[in-house]
This record gives sequence, C-alpha cells and structure tokens, in this order.
Amino acid sequence: MNEVTTRQEVVAARGIKVTFGAVKALDGADLVIHAGECVGLVGHNGAGKSTIVNVINGGLNPHAGEISYGGVSTQHGISTARANGVRCVFQELSLCPNLTVNENARIMHAELAGWNWRSRAGVLVRLQLQDIFPGHGIDCDSTVDDLSIAERQMVEIAVSFAGLNRKPKLVILDEPTSSLDAGLAAQLMAYIRRFVGKGGAVLLISHILGEILSTSDRIVVMKDGRVVADRSASEFSKRSLVEAMGNVAREKEWQRTGDKRNGAPVLAMPARRGHGLAFEAHRGEMIGLAGLGGHGQTETLLDLYLSRNSNWWPASRKEIAFVAGDRSLNGIFPLWSILKNLSIASLGDFSSRTIVDHDREGALGDGWKKRIEIRTPEMKNRILSLSGGNQQKVLFARALATSARIVLMDDPMRGVDVGTKQEVYGILRSEAASGRTFIWYSTEMDEIRLCDRVYVFREGAIVAELAGDEITEKNVLEASFSGGEAA
Amino acid sequence: MRISTGTIRLVIPAASLALLLAAVFYMQPRAMSYTGLNLLFNLAVPIALATVAQMLIMAVNDLDLSMGAFVSFCACVTATFLQASPAIGVLIFLGAIAAYAVIGVVIHVRELPSIVVTLGMSFVWGGLAVLMLPSPGGEAPGWARWLMTSRPPFVPMAIVASIVIALVTHFVIMRSSVGVLIRGVGGNVRSVERAGWSVIRIRAGTYALAGFFAVLSGIALVGLTTSADANIALRYTLLSIAGVILGGGEFVGGKVSPIGAVIGALTLTLAGSFLSFMRIPPDWQIGAQGAILIVVLGLRLLLNRLEKREKSR
Repeated sequence: MNEVTTRQEVVAARGIKVTFGAVKALDGADLVIHAGECVGLVGHNGAGKSTIVNVINGGLNPHAGEISYGGVSTQHGISTARANGVRCVFQELSLCPNLTVNENARIMHAELAGWNWRSRAGVLVRLQLQDIFPGHGIDCDSTVDDLSIAERQMVEIAVSFAGLNRKPKLVILDEPTSSLDAGLAAQLMAYIRRFVGKGGAVLLISHILGEILSTSDRIVVMKDGRVVADRSASEFSKRSLVEAMGNVAREKEWQRTGDKRNGAPVLAMPARRGHGLAFEAHRGEMIGLAGLGGHGQTETLLDLYLSRNSNWWPASRKEIAFVAGDRSLNGIFPLWSILKNLSIASLGDFSSRTIVDHDREGALGDGWKKRIEIRTPEMKNRILSLSGGNQQKVLFARALATSARIVLMDDPMRGVDVGTKQEVYGILRSEAASGRTFIWYSTEMDEIRLCDRVYVFREGAIVAELAGDEITEKNVLEASFSGGEAA
Repeated sequence: MRISTGTIRLVIPAASLALLLAAVFYMQPRAMSYTGLNLLFNLAVPIALATVAQMLIMAVNDLDLSMGAFVSFCACVTATFLQASPAIGVLIFLGAIAAYAVIGVVIHVRELPSIVVTLGMSFVWGGLAVLMLPSPGGEAPGWARWLMTSRPPFVPMAIVASIVIALVTHFVIMRSSVGVLIRGVGGNVRSVERAGWSVIRIRAGTYALAGFFAVLSGIALVGLTTSADANIALRYTLLSIAGVILGGGEFVGGKVSPIGAVIGALTLTLAGSFLSFMRIPPDWQIGAQGAILIVVLGLRLLLNRLEKREKSR
C-alpha cells in the first residue's frame, strides 16, 4: 500500500480556483485520487467540497488550475469525465422521479439501447442492488416516485456502481448515508471496501465522522476553498478531524450584553417531530440556528412564521417579518424600483384609505437609504442596478421598516461581501438593543458567533443549545457532526 | 400485486370515456352501430394526433400554443401543394418539422418560456396559412381521402386509427429507450445532463417528433373535410392541452401517457356529441364542455389526494 508512485492516478485536480462573483469557492485546491483507495472528504459548509466535486465530474469549469483523468489532461466536460469512468451520487437525489428504476438506469448508462434494453437494464440494476444491499426488496419496475427516500438513495448508489462495458473507476458519494438507516449504511460501507479492494476508487463525503474514519484510506480536510490537511486516515481521530476543520485564528468577538432571558418568551415551539430540544426566543435576543445546511433550519423558520400567521388568510397585523435567503427566488421583485422593493411590506402603515401616500413612501425610502447606506443615486432606480449585497440590504430594510417585533432570517448573507456584512451586523445589533428579536439561520460561523444564543440542528431536530461563551466554532462543529457510526 | 401509479392514471380517463359513451348509447341507441360509431369518433382522429404532438412538448415541460395554427397551416399545405405537386408538399412539411426542431433549440439555448415563443409562432403559421388559402378551398389528396373514409370490416376506421395511434405512440414514448430520454428531460433535466446526454439534441428531437405528429393531424383533418381553411383547426390548441390533461398527463414533471392522451381526445370529441344529444343549445355547449372537464379533473385531484394520503401513511 505504500508504493504510492506505482499506483495509477484516476483523477488529479491541481491548483483549482473557482469564484462565484465576490465569493472564492475554491482557492487553489489540490485533490489527487488513485485507483484502489477510498478518500474521505470533510469540511464545514462552504468549504468547497461540492464545488470541487463539480469540477472533477466536469460540471464546472475551473477559472484556474488543471484537471487530468488517468494521468492525461484532455479537454474538460461532463462527457470526458464519464468516459474516464467518473460517476457521481449527488447529495440531493438526482433520479428522474417520473421514470421507473430500469428507465433511470437507461438514462445513466448510454449503452442500454436497442431491442431488449429494458430487461438488460432490469438484470443490471437487480444484480447490483443485490450486491450492495442484500435483501433490499425494491421492485425495479416501480416508478421512483413510489419509492421511499431511502430506497431512492439505494437505487441511485446501485445505478452509479453498475456498469456493462464501461465499469466505473471513481465513484463520488456525496452524503450517501443521509437517508439510510444504520444497517443499510453499514452494508454500503462494506461494499465500498470491496469495490476499493478490486481496484476501484471512491471519494466519500459525509458528515458522519465515524464512517469517514472507518471506511477511508486517506482523509482530505477542506476549509475556505483550500485543502488544509491530507493524511492517512489512521492518523486522525474524531477530535483531531473536528479541530482540522475549525478556525485556529479567532477574530475578536463583540461584547454580548448578558443574558436576556427574562419574562415570557415572545416565540416558542415544542421540539420538532417529537425529538430534540424545544425552541424559545425572548425579547431583544439574537438567536442563531446553526448546523450543516439543510438540516431543518429553514423548515423551522417557516414553522415559526406560520405559528403566528395563517397560511390561508394573512394576518392584518404582522408580528413577524421574514428576510429570505434566496434573493432571486423569493426575495426581490426584479422589475420594481428600489423604493418599491423596500416599502412593499409596510405599505399599510403609510396609506390612507388604501391609497399609497407617495410623499411618506419617499421619506421612508430616503431615511433607510441614509441609515443603511444603499449605494444608489436615486431610490427610483431598478433594484437590479444594485450589487447583490446592496439588494440584500434593501431586503433587510424591508423587514426592519415594518412594525414587526420579530425578524426571521434565512441565511440572508450568502454571497455578500465582507464590508456589507459588517454594516448589516451593526444595524442588527442596534435593532436588537432596541428590543427586536432576531432569529437567524446562518451557515457562517462568524455570524453564528454574533448571536446571544445558538440552537444547533442535526437531522431536522435541535440537538444542542449553546449560550454566551459556549458559542465557539468547536462546540458548534462537534454538535453538528454526529460522532457515532450512523446518526 | 400493487397497482402502479401509471395504471391509476389511466383509470379515470378510461372510466369517464366509458361513462360518456354509455350515456350517449342510452340517449341515442342508434349510435350503437358501425356508422354511428364512425360518425361519433370521426373527428377524433386529427384531434388525437394533435394531442399526441402536444403531449410530446409537455413531456419536456413545455407548452405549445401554436398547435392549432400549425395544424391549420398543415391542412392548408395538404389541400394545396401536397395535392397539386406532392414533392413540394413533402418538402414544405420537412421544412416545417425542421422549424419545430429549431424552435426547440431556441427555447432551450435562450432559456425562453415556450409559451411566449410558440404564441409568437402561432401568428407566423397563421399568416402563412392565410397566404396559401386566403379563402376556404383546396382539395384533399385522393389517398388521404381514401385513408380517412375507408371502411375496414367490423370496426370503423376512426376506432382503428385511434388504437393504432395509441399503440404506436405508447411504444415510442413509453417503451423505447429514446422515449425514456424525452420523459427524463421532463422529470429531471440535471440528471440527464449529468449522465452526459445532450439535452439540446433531445429537446430538438422531441419538438421535431411533435411537429411530425402535428403534420399527420393536418393531413388527417383534410382527409375528413375534403377542403381546408386557414382557421380550420384553431381550437386544437386548447383541445390538445385539455386532451393531454384529461388523459392523465401533467403540465410539468414529464408525467404523460400516450394512451391516456388518445382517450382524452376521444372523450373531448364525444362530449360535444353528448351535449348535442342532450339538446343543449349551441350557445351553452362550450360552457357545458368546460363543466365536463372540471368534473373529470376534480375526480383526478381527489384520486391524487387519496394516493398521497396512502403513501404518507
């Protein structure tokens, strides 16, 4: 196993740089995968794991750096990657829900064509499923829609490992066990070892450190778009992995103003789906919802919103304002002016007899323009004339301009530059001091550290509550990465 | 054995067709004959072909609002060029099919909403049709006339044609490996892309195939009516969409059923006759046709909800 030089390179990515606008997703990352090894890839949200996976499978063109398959660097693209035996099981399920299992196999394997393809596909999938998950009980003629989430994940894994003439050389598994139970996850890990033993390569991404440590030969740790550690798995322990993922240097934190938990909570919710901790928010508190992305934070925010607001008929007095995370999807009105985007939530406050008072609307706009420094010569300009960060500021102003005492924020700072972030943090602090309550889902550790109290989410439930000085990157990471073999 | 979702999808359209047919037979027993059935379903053949074309477009999550205008255009070409000089007529049809493929490419590459593009194209097709036939006229090619009015033994032509259309399209869309790709694009484009397929080519091919079925629809229509008119098939746009939905298809998600689409087209045709037998004045017929649509779709919604409840249990 030590003859690294003689082992064949399957994929090598060297010095990869990818930027999305102002955000550096990858900043000179290196990742080389050899035949016959399982590489574990870990890192916190936004560390660049998914981006480097997309670069390797050809879906994303790097802005700098070099990719080579099997030691040869040819042109780059999805079909090149597939021709070199790179297969990928994505985190979000990527089967066609309207097709049957066999038909999905046909989509993944171009060589399933001509007469009789259907039965050949059936045999292929059935044997592979039997090989990885003995006793699975999945009917390959049923539509994917009719399968449970775990069954869909099993099918996707099996289809990716299967091959007729073109066998897979490298299979990338992005959170493959996120919806498998412990028994199925163990079957998969055992299969990965067998596959690797036969000379295949696997890149395993998981937030369950136990399975990374027990299955991988080598572990690569990413942080801020770079590889910060790349060592044999035996040199890591759970503790040293968590430490490698975290920040070593720490910026100065702002002063918290003591415990604000007095009196009745302004917003409370029992534990979600009957497990985990209950949620509670008090006046003037800034509460962070932490954990890995997509573990129930957004759903919790929506539940909180609906607990005070009917889904059917909107309440006449809004107690809660919502700052959306996905600006273009559910934040801005792209065809409207900045002013209209800002005033939409509080139109009722300055209209008389349902007629909008334009003078008061303009005054409101000018006030907020000064207060949060929206960089525009004229509030009548289109919202799209602003940079992303400034658009986000307008969305904040929309929420803060209402009379709502509670503001929910769904990771609103994605893709916003550092300077703007600092300005918004300042506004949030002063608003919290004046008695507003903020509930803030964020995937960024710096923002989580600004909060008075933090709930850490895992698997759709609150698993830890941290307050005051307990809010450190290490504690949050430890709570969000479950230590066990399977969660 | 569990009943698959696809089968459930087919039950409602088939049941509503059977119910309507029973009601028609009850009111007008003379319809229960070779000639009667042929008269009832004659006009269903071109509608079924147009519905299949619309279904292909809907299978890739698009919608074609130019279907009626395009079928009218094809009918005009059939009654003029295809009849007078078949070679030129065939060339025009090939060009029209190629135009459909180009529309598919444009919609995909420029990420335009298909509704807008096809709405624009409907004026182009309509204009071309008026240029060819400013006033109703033309003549059906002999073979098209012969095909549509032939009398096979035992079962009328309209029924035979419907069954053939249903079976052929079922094979192409639901059973062949190409059909899987078409429906895959509707179900999850990213997954098809990630598997290394060219979605542009699949979309262009789907649009071309839809154009082909629409051309057949135009020819079949002229074969029945013997002459054409630039506005002959304008209502096919909405009829074809309604037919697909009635037959268990959905607007998004690549969930389509060719057999269902043909049944949907038959149901829509029959609904018209049914209302005439009911002696409902023509002024009210469109409204009543809409009411039938709402009832059938309401039934399906109910069934979907039951299914979902079953699944979540």
